[in-house]
Amino acid sequence: MHWLAEVHVSLRSGIADPEGQTIGSALRSLGYDSVSEVRSGKLMRISFEADDSAAAEAAVAEMCGRLLANPVMETATWELRADEQQDPELVVP
Amino acid sequence: MTLLARRPRVAVAVFPGTWSERDFAHVATEVLGWDARLVWHAEDDLGACDAVVLPGGFAHGDYLRTGAVARFSPVMRAVAAFAAAGGPVIGSCNGFQILTEAGMLPGALMRNDHLEFRCDWQTLRVEHPDASEAWLGDLADGELIDLPISHGEGRYVADAATLDQLEAERRVVLRYADAAGRITGDANPNGSERGIAGIVNEAGNVLGLMPHPERASESEVGGTDGLRLFRSLERWLQARPAAAERRL
Repeated sequence: MHWLAEVHVSLRSGIADPEGQTIGSALRSLGYDSVSEVRSGKLMRISFEADDSAAAEAAVAEMCGRLLANPVMETATWELRADEQQDPELVVP
Repeated sequence: MTLLARRPRVAVAVFPGTWSERDFAHVATEVLGWDARLVWHAEDDLGACDAVVLPGGFAHGDYLRTGAVARFSPVMRAVAAFAAAGGPVIGSCNGFQILTEAGMLPGALMRNDHLEFRCDWQTLRVEHPDASEAWLGDLADGELIDLPISHGEGRYVADAATLDQLEAERRVVLRYADAAGRITGDANPNGSERGIAGIVNEAGNVLGLMPHPERASESEVGGTDGLRLFRSLERWLQARPAAAERRL
């Protein structure tokens, strides 16, 4: 089965995020005075194959642990769904 | 005392995007009279060598995170094995970033707090040089040296427990300092925690530092403080000829 994972990598709370701070000041300088904080991060869309949702879930967890996030300063969360557009069996005629 | 009956041999790892490998090789061969071999990242054999250099640059484009992809290059397995056997390893700039990503040194290097790339001469305070006799044996505790820095992602971070442990174990060996040797916010070029510019592993054979010693090894380029790290290594090898031969 084809799966699509959207992996969000964010900086741990407490880790200074100068990029987020700079974006925040830029927004405030544009008049968005109510902006109190911006945290920057990364979004990765990963298409891959796995037998079932448990295997897909385990694969994404492993990818995050080994490569996608550095636990020293980052955390990863993800959403996983069957990627119907790449799987003809799931496309409703 | 028997001396090492040959010239020291250094292996310099080269990843796609590395840019300081020729400077290191130049210092090794032309300034010090050593042998140097460039080792492409896809090789898993360092060849016979006495020390390994992970040079600066932008390995694998620094994509994802600095050093994140480089740590999986085949050469890194050989570097880890060499370090585990007590072999001296130095990672400068991008090399330091790779060592942290590979888990050979704790912490991580992040974007400079001001978001700017900094390329300048920097004063550093040497601390606990005895923690890394191989790389700092010729330097004195508390002395100030000047080395170039050249990085956009040099802000050293680690959690408070790790930082406390590093300090307790005397493994913080270089800090950004002002001309009087004070560790101040103004002297810190990137926002590194506690002004940390260089650390060593528990055994002291692996040194990671953001500055570039290879760019301060000839008076023609402005300074020779960097050369003292390589002289330290040479003296350390000379004092341990049997161990050096065994590692080959």
